[in-house]
Amino acid sequence: MSATTDPPKDGFQLSQLIYDTRYRSMTIQIVALVLFLLGVGWLLNNAAQNLAALGKPLSFGFLGEAAGYDINQKLIEYNNQMSHGRAALVGVLNTLLVAVLGCILATVLGVVIGVLRLSNNWVVARLMTVYIESFRNVPVLLWIVLTMAIFIETFPAPRAFRGENASASMSLWDSVALTNRGLYIPKPEMYAGSTAVIVVFLLSIIGIFVFGTWSRKRQEATGQILPNFWIKLAIFFVPTLLVYFILGRPIGLELPELKGFNFQGGIYMRNSLIALTLALGLYTAAFVAENVRAGIMAVSKGQSEAAFALGLSPNRTMNLIILPQALRVIIPPLISQYLNLTKNSSLAIAVGYMDVTGTLGGITLNQTGKEMECLLILMAIYLAISLIISSVMNWYNESVKLRER
Amino acid sequence: MSDTHAQTVAYVRETMLPEQAPPSTAAGPIRWMRDNLFSSVMNTVLTLLSVYFLWVVLSLVLPWVWYGSWTASSLRECREVVSDLGLAHGAACWSVIGERYLQLIYGFYPDELYWRANLAFILMIVALAPVLYPNLPRKILWFSALYPFLAFWLLWGGTLWTPVVAVAGFVLAYFAFEILNRAAGSLVGVIAAILVPVIWWLLLAGPVANGLAAVIPLAMEPVESAKFGGFMLSIIIGVTGIVMSLPLGILLALGRQSDLMIVKAICVGFIEFIRGVPLITLLFVASTLLNYFLPPGTTFDIILRVIIMVTLFASAYMAEVVRGGLAALPTGQYEAADALGLDYWKATRLITMPQALKISIPGIVSTFIGLFKDTTLVSIIGLLDPIGLTANIRADSNWNGIVWELYGFIALIFFIFCFSMSRYSMYLERKLKTGH
Repeated sequence: MSATTDPPKDGFQLSQLIYDTRYRSMTIQIVALVLFLLGVGWLLNNAAQNLAALGKPLSFGFLGEAAGYDINQKLIEYNNQMSHGRAALVGVLNTLLVAVLGCILATVLGVVIGVLRLSNNWVVARLMTVYIESFRNVPVLLWIVLTMAIFIETFPAPRAFRGENASASMSLWDSVALTNRGLYIPKPEMYAGSTAVIVVFLLSIIGIFVFGTWSRKRQEATGQILPNFWIKLAIFFVPTLLVYFILGRPIGLELPELKGFNFQGGIYMRNSLIALTLALGLYTAAFVAENVRAGIMAVSKGQSEAAFALGLSPNRTMNLIILPQALRVIIPPLISQYLNLTKNSSLAIAVGYMDVTGTLGGITLNQTGKEMECLLILMAIYLAISLIISSVMNWYNESVKLRER
Repeated sequence: MSDTHAQTVAYVRETMLPEQAPPSTAAGPIRWMRDNLFSSVMNTVLTLLSVYFLWVVLSLVLPWVWYGSWTASSLRECREVVSDLGLAHGAACWSVIGERYLQLIYGFYPDELYWRANLAFILMIVALAPVLYPNLPRKILWFSALYPFLAFWLLWGGTLWTPVVAVAGFVLAYFAFEILNRAAGSLVGVIAAILVPVIWWLLLAGPVANGLAAVIPLAMEPVESAKFGGFMLSIIIGVTGIVMSLPLGILLALGRQSDLMIVKAICVGFIEFIRGVPLITLLFVASTLLNYFLPPGTTFDIILRVIIMVTLFASAYMAEVVRGGLAALPTGQYEAADALGLDYWKATRLITMPQALKISIPGIVSTFIGLFKDTTLVSIIGLLDPIGLTANIRADSNWNGIVWELYGFIALIFFIFCFSMSRYSMYLERKLKTGH
């Protein structure tokens, strides 16, 4: 009955392509390929015809032309005489900036909330559940526009800080100004000798790693455990502070000051950047918290009991037994949350933050009318970011995978 | 025994003592509070901090909500009314919701036709009920199958014959399959079931619908897509996307898991591409680029274009969720299906897919929730969903500067929809649970 046991018939019949299991998968694949190619060809042919009819041949030359628009938030030198390509690069850097800031905020907040949600304190656990549910069940775009609206409507304008009886004042010993245009924070100022401080700081960080390796080897050889945490803390602070004070405090702070109608000096963080970072960070933190909770719950209770039975202290149980196992569960979904955050940062366009969707997919697209080219590049950029992050994730997964025998 | 004791031991109790209630510190609310609120110094501090936090927030929010004004006609007037109350932090101006809630629900849909949208919504609940709750009579499923066409006619109006000829395509496909399957084998039947309706829709459906409309003019007042908006638009896009992305996602997952190399490559390429780009770029494609890929001169509706893109987007995520379910099934299930002599489709339909779908319910529902939340992104390409409408409302000179009331209302509605979806998925998980 089964086709595989049939003796091969003499000669090849056309019906074997469909009814013989040896050939059928080949037939299906070739039909699928032909249909797929026909479909793609049809779409591309249509696109070519339509573009030709509109007199817009596919070309990427516009990337070298002067952009002619300003970008208010930039990490590298840019003015409106520079090219569209440069504007797109500014946008990419802005995307990465908000993504990195958002990821840091989401991780810190998410871990804290995830752990607190597991706490045996009833009130705290409930509060965290409320936080998680309310952020997870409301669209991120709503959080973004809401945060931006709160910024604009409720914080004082810079002029409220002016005059004898100002209605607003700077916080943290007159160093930080929170206005509806954004946040002004002090900026480090470098004097002569500051390089030495920075070099010492970097060296002490390397020193911490070297010490860590050395103390681990020593422990494996002798079984003695040093107070690692305190020694590392000392290496982190002491040399840098010593050099800093010996050289006569070569790094200072430039405080923002009210001049005319606006603040001058310091670092200016635009309100759109802060609103976007906050909204994305708070939203993603709810998802991260759920991942953390799932990860910790995935480590079975027997693991910590076994560790206590072996006489490990609660601290070492956490560090050596529970965390390594929980991280194996937490990290992959965590990275995919980072990926989501990066993709969600494209919603910056709703609050006027100039990320790559705002420059390349927004103003450049509208000015040049090159929809096809702009969107192709835009998608390629996001695709590249996603593929890089997910290949890092695959590499990590591979390295922590349980070696099964 | 007790007799002997009575002689040897000075005193032995011979009756049981009545059971006593546990001490008040070891049971009841006090014990509970000890265990859950004040079990250690750290916990006590946390509890006190949280209670203080709750008190501060609630004492701010509750009066703000409760004493809000429902009557003022502008934000300025409202602020005056509210400041007379003498509250430390003011009160809400709910009148913006009272004035605009119809717009937030229906967009610019003509108000004399609201009954059509309402009817479509009620019928949607009827159509969804048998899918969600298997206890209901199975016959309602026929109505569920017809509902999309009915809803299209109710919402967009126009002639009744357009949806009728669209349904006729499926009826034709069924008969073509039945007849040719018996006459010429299953393969010819399947091919005919695909070709006949395509030919019907592309070539014959238009003229037939026009002819029927000329003879029997059954039509309602048409409403153009530009007038759709508010939560109605979110629900249309969300529900259509949800209904179409699940089957598409299942097919993509099967393609990705299959042994056919080329099919697998196409599916993997599609899934990874869609998952790698943000939805907003796909919506840009829908709004500016999709017409380029169609034969010159074709235009089709922006809502339809958006629905297509949202569906493709969600189906890629759905495919990954379903693939996870398929991968989590023990290999024994596949082998058992093979051992029973089931062919691929029967094994998938009867053995593997039901189990895989059951495993992946949480993921599927969270994809649905994500899709419904993502419908708000259409505001960026200029459709008037609730968030798109807030820009209009806040630009109105009467309501310039309103924040919490408006966004809070929209957030609340989204929360209700999404939260009930997640609760439903928990109910389903409990009901389908067969493990121990």
